[in-house]
Amino acid sequence: MSNRIVNWFKFASPYSFYPVAGKMMPWFWALAAVFGVAGLWIGFFVAPTDATQGEGYRIIFIHVPASWLSMFIYLVMAMWAGIGLALNTRLAGMMAQALAPTGAIMAFLSLWTGAFWGKPMWGTWWVWDARLTSELILFFLYLGFIALQAAIDDPRRADKAGAILALVGVVNVPIIYFSVKWWNTLHQGSSVSLTKSPSMAQTMLWGMLLMALAFWMYSLAVALKRLRTIILEREAHTDWVQNLAEVRAPANLTEVPA
Amino acid sequence: MLAVMRRDLLLAMRRKTEVLTALFFFIIVTSLFPLGIGPESALLRKIAPGVLWVGALLATMLGLQRMFASDHADGTLEQMVLSPTPLFFLVAGKNAAHWLVSGLPLVVLAPLLGVQFDLDPESLGVLTLGLLLGTPVLSLVGAIGAALTLGVRGGGVLLSLLVLPLYIPTLIFGAGAVQAHTSGLGAGGHLSLLAALLAMALFFAPWATTAALRISLE
Repeated sequence: MSNRIVNWFKFASPYSFYPVAGKMMPWFWALAAVFGVAGLWIGFFVAPTDATQGEGYRIIFIHVPASWLSMFIYLVMAMWAGIGLALNTRLAGMMAQALAPTGAIMAFLSLWTGAFWGKPMWGTWWVWDARLTSELILFFLYLGFIALQAAIDDPRRADKAGAILALVGVVNVPIIYFSVKWWNTLHQGSSVSLTKSPSMAQTMLWGMLLMALAFWMYSLAVALKRLRTIILEREAHTDWVQNLAEVRAPANLTEVPA
Repeated sequence: MLAVMRRDLLLAMRRKTEVLTALFFFIIVTSLFPLGIGPESALLRKIAPGVLWVGALLATMLGLQRMFASDHADGTLEQMVLSPTPLFFLVAGKNAAHWLVSGLPLVVLAPLLGVQFDLDPESLGVLTLGLLLGTPVLSLVGAIGAALTLGVRGGGVLLSLLVLPLYIPTLIFGAGAVQAHTSGLGAGGHLSLLAALLAMALFFAPWATTAALRISLE
């Protein structure tokens, strides 16, 4: 292990990952902004008006990336949960905890924009079809995970209990993804696939991919930010946290007389 | 495994009211719907499978916390974890006892309640078969939630938040089986999926429950 160039296990400790996360965060913010601006520009000004759906389809540039991310973040969260259970690392549990709220927001956003899209296109805010329902279950799973973690005082126990819940719930993700294929319902099939050429204009596809990247980078940045806060909270008793510049600075500020 | 099962059954029999409360809860909840919606039999026939299934879901939830809570309180659970018998089998035994006490009576009662909703005999058969396949899944999956929320603040409400989303697939296929039957599509597909859920849950759920129990006893 020691003859490797980078010892990845080194970063499994909150102490060594905290500064790394701090360094990576601005890059992800910047990338999120760049991709976001580019994606929105393509989405609003370059992509052509859809032949059947008119201008209303442009919500796809938010809806699809949010849905992708909601599923993807759950998978990543479950993966970290599994790693945390198997290798008993503290950081993995923190990572899962940091990802959950972002995933919940993505799931909510996906449902919300879906409702806005559904109203003009299908004439209804909501239908009980397989994909919508399973996405709603995903949202509930995120909420359950967050609630369970919040209810358990001991953070290590909270991590492990949450990990089991996350792993049990991971069954749902393939169901959402394949729901449009398995059940033939109101929700349209996916427009993007790896095996055949996409059924949409090139510019639309580019806009969507850029927005997906932007959402992805945003999620990374926010998750890292939250991870740093969680580390500070849980490691508050350690010397290295108390010697951090950002922890000491506010303490000095309070000493300044008003 | 059988010893644990017998012990749990015996305990449940000694405290009959708890079991009967869940059962009467099921009866009352399902009887409320015709009162609230009105006695129109065509409508009742349509909503019957959904109402009965939701009632079964909620009635199963009532007994879930009991599965581990009292054993946790008096230390029996820790002895079980320490015992040489694999915890998997002990948990499976407790699950089986929970199902016999809270699931099986629902299955037996469902046809009777279905008659209240004016279901025809064949639909009643499908409904009962679906419940027979589905209620063990509810017990097995619920046990995971019960083990996770053991000794946690506000465990009861949290338990329903964790477990109900995981119950949704069972609900969909269970109620769907009856609806598919009445619409002439045949219930075979839904029932097979329910059986598949049961097989999956039988294999994985006790395993997840043991892991959850070990965590809450740490």
